[in-house]
Formats: sequence, structure tokens, C-alpha cells
Amino acid sequence: MRIARSRGARLGALATVAALVLSACGGGSIEAETEANEAQASEGGGECGELNMAVNPWVGYEASAYVVGTVAQDQLGCTVNYKDLKEDVSWQGFGTGEVDVVIEDWGHPDLEKKFFEGEGDGTAMDMGPQGNVGIIGWYVPPWLAEEHPDILEYQNLNKYAQDFATSESGGQGQFLGADPSYVQFDEAIVSNLDLDFKVVFSGSEAASIEAFRKAEENKEFLIGYFYEPQYFMAEVPLEKVALPAYEDGCQADPQDVACDYPETELKKIVGTEWAASDSTAVGLVQNFTWTNEDQNVVAGYIAGDGMSPEDAAAKWVEENQDKVEAWMS
Amino acid sequence: MSTLGPPVADRGDVADRVTTSSPRPPVEPGAAPPALGDKGVSRWVPAGVVVAVWVVAWFFTRGQDTLPLPGVARTDLHDRLTEFQNWLLAGRETNPVMQVTNAIADFFRGCVDWLQRLVVKPSFPRPVPEIGWLGVTALATYVGLAIASWRIALLVGASFLSFGVLGYWEDSLDLLIVTGIAVAMVVVIGMPLAVLVGTHAGANRVITVFLDFMQTMPTFVYLLPIVLFFGIGTSAAVVATLIYALPPIVRIAGFGIREVPASTIEATDSAGQTYWQRLRKVQVPMARRTIIVGLNQTTLAALSMATLAAFVDGPGLGQPVLAGLRINDVGAAFVPGVLIVVMAVMLDRTTTAASERAEKVARGGGGNPAVRRITLAVGAVAALVAVYLSRSYVTLAEFPTYTIGDRVGSAVSDAVDWFTDTFGGVTAGIKDAVTNGFLNPVQSLLAESPWYVSFVAIAALAFVFGGMRALVSAVVCLSGIRYLDLWHDAMITLNMTLVATVLVMALALVLGVWMARDRRVDLGIRPLLDAGQTIPPFVYLIPVLALFGPSRFTAIVAGIVYAAPAAIKLVADGVKGVSPTTVEAGRSTGQTTWQEITKVQLPMARGSLVLATNQGLLYVLSMTVIGGLVGAGALGFDVVYGFSRSEAWGKGAAAGLTIVLLGVMLDRITRAAADLRRDDGAGPRRAFNVRLPIGPPT
Repeated sequence: MRIARSRGARLGALATVAALVLSACGGGSIEAETEANEAQASEGGGECGELNMAVNPWVGYEASAYVVGTVAQDQLGCTVNYKDLKEDVSWQGFGTGEVDVVIEDWGHPDLEKKFFEGEGDGTAMDMGPQGNVGIIGWYVPPWLAEEHPDILEYQNLNKYAQDFATSESGGQGQFLGADPSYVQFDEAIVSNLDLDFKVVFSGSEAASIEAFRKAEENKEFLIGYFYEPQYFMAEVPLEKVALPAYEDGCQADPQDVACDYPETELKKIVGTEWAASDSTAVGLVQNFTWTNEDQNVVAGYIAGDGMSPEDAAAKWVEENQDKVEAWMS
Repeated sequence: MSTLGPPVADRGDVADRVTTSSPRPPVEPGAAPPALGDKGVSRWVPAGVVVAVWVVAWFFTRGQDTLPLPGVARTDLHDRLTEFQNWLLAGRETNPVMQVTNAIADFFRGCVDWLQRLVVKPSFPRPVPEIGWLGVTALATYVGLAIASWRIALLVGASFLSFGVLGYWEDSLDLLIVTGIAVAMVVVIGMPLAVLVGTHAGANRVITVFLDFMQTMPTFVYLLPIVLFFGIGTSAAVVATLIYALPPIVRIAGFGIREVPASTIEATDSAGQTYWQRLRKVQVPMARRTIIVGLNQTTLAALSMATLAAFVDGPGLGQPVLAGLRINDVGAAFVPGVLIVVMAVMLDRTTTAASERAEKVARGGGGNPAVRRITLAVGAVAALVAVYLSRSYVTLAEFPTYTIGDRVGSAVSDAVDWFTDTFGGVTAGIKDAVTNGFLNPVQSLLAESPWYVSFVAIAALAFVFGGMRALVSAVVCLSGIRYLDLWHDAMITLNMTLVATVLVMALALVLGVWMARDRRVDLGIRPLLDAGQTIPPFVYLIPVLALFGPSRFTAIVAGIVYAAPAAIKLVADGVKGVSPTTVEAGRSTGQTTWQEITKVQLPMARGSLVLATNQGLLYVLSMTVIGGLVGAGALGFDVVYGFSRSEAWGKGAAAGLTIVLLGVMLDRITRAAADLRRDDGAGPRRAFNVRLPIGPPT
């Protein structure tokens, strides 16, 4: 017991000494900074207020969200709250003011029906395209496109069906469906084009990416649903397979789809109430537009170089002052 | 399973065996090893007959009426369920229940925010929290010292430092705050329920149904409604955690209260005590130990919600795990994942040690009180000094940045890359062998038979293994599954669950026996088992995907990683519990090690084996949704689909309900099977009743 006491005293003393040493050789006083903060606050608040930015779970989205957020924070003085949410949850948040902006929407007819003016409760609105164009389709790894160039035409797919077979496809070729967050008609396309394939859903973006990465590394046959802009395209530039071209109305009935996916203009969706407010960030979000290349650069910083989204965005903003200034006008 | 005993000797039917089985006779030293294995094995004969008939029926009817539904298709029933969610959404302005829940949510948000300002985020106008890292660490260490011991204090201190050194100080404290508030609420709500469950048999039956539901329903299904009722972020995180963490304490504490010997209660009743006196002075104190176990399990269940809470912007270590998953970076997800394990171990050991110490003190032990008072006083002064310093200096308030977390992350990524590159070929071979040799044939039988054939066959098997009670449960559950329009997917999921459980049990038998026979192996493996049970599955999704690609087998591997630890521990503890005299008796007759294991140890630990199977099945089933994320399709995919697309919410809900029904069915069949074996010791029966939380929620 005596040992315990002396140990206790020793530890206490040790901690005190260590703390004193640490504090002496580093760090300024917190008091000074507190006073500075108070002074700044009394100078009058910013005109932006808070900006609640939904962050949907993919890297390209993260790039767009953090670039807009960084500009809003650094140049407009907004307090930006990033919220990691799936799409459905984000849209629910418009009505309660928990979410102001969804910066990259790939098209959600059902959500629009629920939340847009007209059919829905009018808590959300479309703020126009944000410049990125989504190219959805059937993709194969580059080695396959190089070795069998004819595979890039859907008519030739049946010839290779057996090569695409896996343990999951029950004797047919495997078509790798994607994360269920995306609108997919592949089951209908396969059957309407008489392809000898079975759609096996990867279930998540992570699973699709790992599958394509492995297929390229080991030169395995793989075909699946993919899309750009996507950071993974920089690492493994997948090749798109041509399906019958998209025409207006060919996706009208989900059962009868036999055509390619249309190019999708990605949109900004914002809360109606927020859009009507006098926050200076409304103008910024309204003017924000950039290209697939821009997004891929930032996504590359995050996914390829392992930078934090904040740092990646700040770096791009610094390198692209001209583009940023155009949004501010 | 047929290795459990020598060939069948007793061919009596099930009912017969129930009545004829009798308590085990005491074993005389030198007596021949007991031939317990004979009993019960005969159930495999009628089971074999059922399967044979099933195969014949399958051969002539396969492919008919299998009720398949394409991955992104829905039925009218599913759309009607979606309408329910839409109705909630449409009425959110006026729904009176939501007014109340929103007020509760504001309260949770307020609590979390206050605590965050205290220890995590800048408390304006201060540039840093009220108490910096040094103060927090010192206080936590002091709490460890005060409620437990020096060793625990060191463990707590080291854990807190690791949060900061590895670069996740703020996320770790956020998680602790959310977990702490959720567990506090669970105790407030759960203890009265536990008393009810413990003192009232009728209430017990009703509440158990709800608890089963709360533990098996995938969180993805109710995350959207929770957001409607409680809003995005911390409040939703607290509520989701609360729902999942409530059942263990109600079950386990309720069981403890129920187990207080009737003679004790009668004795004290005769002194004329009131209901409250009995509860406060007799039942709760005597069940104290079990209640602490319940609290412990509740805390671990709450921690396992961390990653899921991050899906609705819940603060904590789940966020960096998901961020790592987003960029397919194993290392980046690994470090925060390991910190969740560290936190779980810290809380587990601390609560256990605290309860042990309290018991010792209550019995008059616990060392010299004077010395302890001085130690505590000195510790308190040191902690307060640390708090003061951390309020005054920036370096002691904000945890310094180290690169070690990143370096660990990239080292892990490299190691995993090397492993998958080196063994990718071998693993593909294993996958194909298991899939073609085992998974596909059984799936064909289950899912390609007409639904009514599978229905009857499963019900018949339930009767064979569990008697009338199991039959009733199976018929009710299967009817529910049929009604929910996802029969084909349910059969595929059931198949994966069964195959994975067989593999889990194979592992559990080998490792469990080895651990029981060799203490060093036990010591070496146990920490790995703890980690396997607590690390979020999202951390190892990428490596298993890299090894096996998106497939059902990948889902099975993920299920095994999660379920095997529980089963291994149960088998090891069961085998260890076999009385040494019995084993000695066998040895004296000159049996080989193999004979000793197969003829004595395993048969005598049979109750534990059934329990391990029960837990294995439920743990594997609880990984169904994770399976949906790695290409296994079926019910897991349906749940993810429902969570991802608002128009399919109803399909996800139907899939979630189907998983609940599958879980209840498997649980009731294995429990009924265990109850038929009256030769079980008290241990396994007790464990069945307290039932650990089943699985990481998804």
C-alpha cells in the first residue's frame, strides 16, 4: 500500500512537471486568443451565416462540396457545416433547415416528386446544372478493350459470354450491376437485347471498384455498370461499351429499356427557404459551375494522394483563382 | 455434426427421448467414459429422410413456383409499405408525435453540444474546448483509478493517448459522448423494463418479442424514419444507438432478477417487506453482478453502432471509417476501426474491474481505506492541475499532430496489397470450390424447389430437431416470409447463413478444442477474437473484396470473421467446463487424445455446441446486409436498395422483416433443440437466456 501511495504521488508530480515543460516550450496563451475572438465577434457578424452542405458518399461529390464550402468559408465568411449523408436523407433535411445544398444530383425523380413545388411539399428546388456531365454505361477494363476491340460493341458480347462467367452467374456471363443508389436498367437491357448474361449486383461502389481494379491487374474478363466523372477512371481508364443509342422515351417503361443511358447533366438542389434567404452563399452556389476535368483533379487529390477534402479543395482554389472569381461576381 | 458421437444406438423418437432422459449420474473415478453421445444423434436419421424426400421432390419440380424477383423490381405490397414512409414524411409538419420527438431530439442535441464544447470542439469565444486533451486524459485516468485500480487507470490513460497519437482525438471523444448519452438513456429506460421482465412472466413474453425485433431488424431499414422523428446528426445517432443497445441490458438484468432464488425471497417476504423493499433490498442487490454484465454488453452494442450512425452524420469514429471506404483505402479505415476496438476493450475491462472492486469493498476488502483515501486525494489534485493547465495553454488543449496514424495506415494498406497479390490465386480456388461444391447445390435445393416444397421441408426439419414448439414457430415465420414477397431472396440468404454457420462451427470445433486443451493458445487467440467481434465490418470489406471479388462467398467470409469468435469462445468454455475427473477417468482406460476429444469432451460439452450453433446462426444472419454490400445480393441487397432509393423503402422494409423472421425461426428451432436435451449443464441454459447482442447492426 505504501508503494501505491508513493507511486500516486510520483505520477502526479511527473504529470505536473511534464505539463509545465510542455507548456513552457510551446503554445501561446489561450486567453489572448479568446480576447481576439471576442473582439472579432463584436465587430459585427458575417452576411453569410451558416451553410449546411450535404456530403453524399462518393469522392466526386466530396470534391464539389468542399470546393464550394472552402470558397464560402474563406471568402464569404460562412460557417460551413458538412454533413455526411446519403441522398434520401439529405433531401429530407431541406424541409427542416438541416440541409441547404446538395451540390451534385444525378437525378432522383421520386425525390423530386416528393419535395419539389407542384406534386411535393415544395421544400426543395432545382438550382440548375453544376457543369459536370454524368456518363453512365457499360464498361470493361482497358486490357480487355485492347485485346478484344470488338467487345466494345454490344452485338459481340454473346460471343464472349462464357469468358465472363463467374461463380455467381449460374453458367451465363456475369454483368456486374452497381451500388443500388444508382438508377439501373441493366436487367431489362440484358433481356431485351437477348444477351446471355446475368446481372449480379456488386452492392456498393467500393465493391465495383475493387472488382474492376482486380480485373485489370489479373487480366480477367469483367463488364459492369460504371460512370464518370469518377476518380477511379484516372487509375484504370475503363472503356465504354456501345449500346443502342439513347433516344427520348426509350427509358419510359423500365421493363422495355433496350438502349444506352443518356448523358446526365448533374444538378444543384437547394432548400427553397435557404434560396430565398439573403445569405451571400446563395449567389455562390447559383454561379458555381465546373467541368469533369476540374472535379477529377480534386477527386484525385483526395483519393489518389490521400489529402483531406479540405486541403484538396484549398489547393485547387488556390490554383484556379480565375474560375473562383467568376463564381463570386 | 455427425462426429459428435459414436453411431446411433438409440432410435427412439423425439418425444420418447424427452421423457426418458435423466440427470447425469455422478462419475466414479476409473469408470468407463460415459456414452452420452448416443442420445440425440438419432434425430439425424429422420432429418436425413426429410432431406432425401426433399431432394426427390426437387428433382421433379425444380424451377417451378420459385417466386424470384429481379434485383430492382418491387411488388404492390412493397409499394404499400413505401406509402407508410411517405405518409410519415407528408405529415411531418403536423404529426403530434414528431413534435414531441423533435423536442427530445433538441434535448439530445443540447447535451451532446454542451459536452462537445466541454472537451472536443472550440467553446466560443475560446479557440479551444473548455478542457483540453491533458485535462481530459488526466480526469479519465483518475476515474479509472477511483472506480477500479492502478492497472485500469493505466489502461484508460494509454487508450486516451492512443486516440490522440493516432490522430483521431476529436472523433474518439465524440463517439464516447454519443455512446455515453445513449447508454445513460438505455439505463433509464431499460432498468424498469428489466425489473418488469424479471418479476412478471407475462411481461417477459411480450417484451422478448420486441427485443428480438430490435436486435435483428437491420438498422438501414429504420434509419430514414428515425431521421424524420429525430432529425439529422447527433440526435439520430443517439436514438439509433439507443434502440440497438437497449435489448442486452433488459434481457440480462431481467434474467438476473428472475434468477434470485425463490427461497431467499420467501425468507425475506416472511419478514413482511413491501414490493419495493423486496426489489431494492433483495432482488436488485442479489442480481447486481448479472446487471453489470448486461450494462457491459449494452455498452459494446452501443459502440458497434458507431459506423452506422455515421450514415446519418452521427459524430464519432464511424465517419473516418466510412471516409476510408469511400476512397477504397483499407489503411485509412483501419486506424479508426482499431480505435473503436481499443475503446471497446477499455470500457469492457473498466466496467468489469469496477464491479469486481465494488463487490470486494462491499465484503470489507479492497485494501486499507486510509491509504486509498490519500491516493485518491493526490490523484485528484494531479488531475485538477492537469485540467487547469489544459485550460491555459494551447499545446495542452489541442492534441499535437503526429504522423504515426498515417504511417500505420499506409503500412496496413501495403500489407493488405501484398497479401492479396500473393494469395489472390489460392483464395479464388477456395471460393470456387466452396461455391460449386457446397453453396450452389444447397442453394439449388432451397431456392429452386417450389416454395411450398421448401416450406414443408423446412417445417418438417424444425419438427425433427425441435418438436412441436419449433414446428409452430417455423410455420408462423415461413408464412410471414411468404407473405412479404421475397421468398426466393430469403432462401438464398438462408442458404448463405447455413453454409457460413457450418464453416463457423468447423472452425469453432478445431480452435475451441485447441484453446481448451492448451492455455497458451487460449491466451494468444482471445485478443484476436475480441478484435474480430468489435472491429466494424466496413474496415475489412475492401480486403475480402480484393481476395474474393463481389460474390456470395465474400459475404460468407465476412460473416465468419464476425461470427466465429463468439462460437469459438463458447466451444472453448464448454470444453473447459467438462469436469477433469471425467477426463481423467477416460485417460486411465488408455484412450487416445482423439478418442478423448470425440468421445468425452465434445459430447459432454454438447449444450455449449448447440448454443454456439445458435449464436453462430444469428451472428451470421446479422451480417446479411454487409453481404449485400459485397455482391451477395438477396435480402442484404434489398435492404441496401431500400435505404438508397426512396421509392424502394418498402422493399427494404420487407427484406428487413424477412430477416427478422428468419432470425426468430432459426433461434426458436435451435433453442427448442437445446431444450430437448435435458442433459445440459446449467451453464449453457443460462447463456441461452441471457443471449448476447446478436451482431453488428446493419
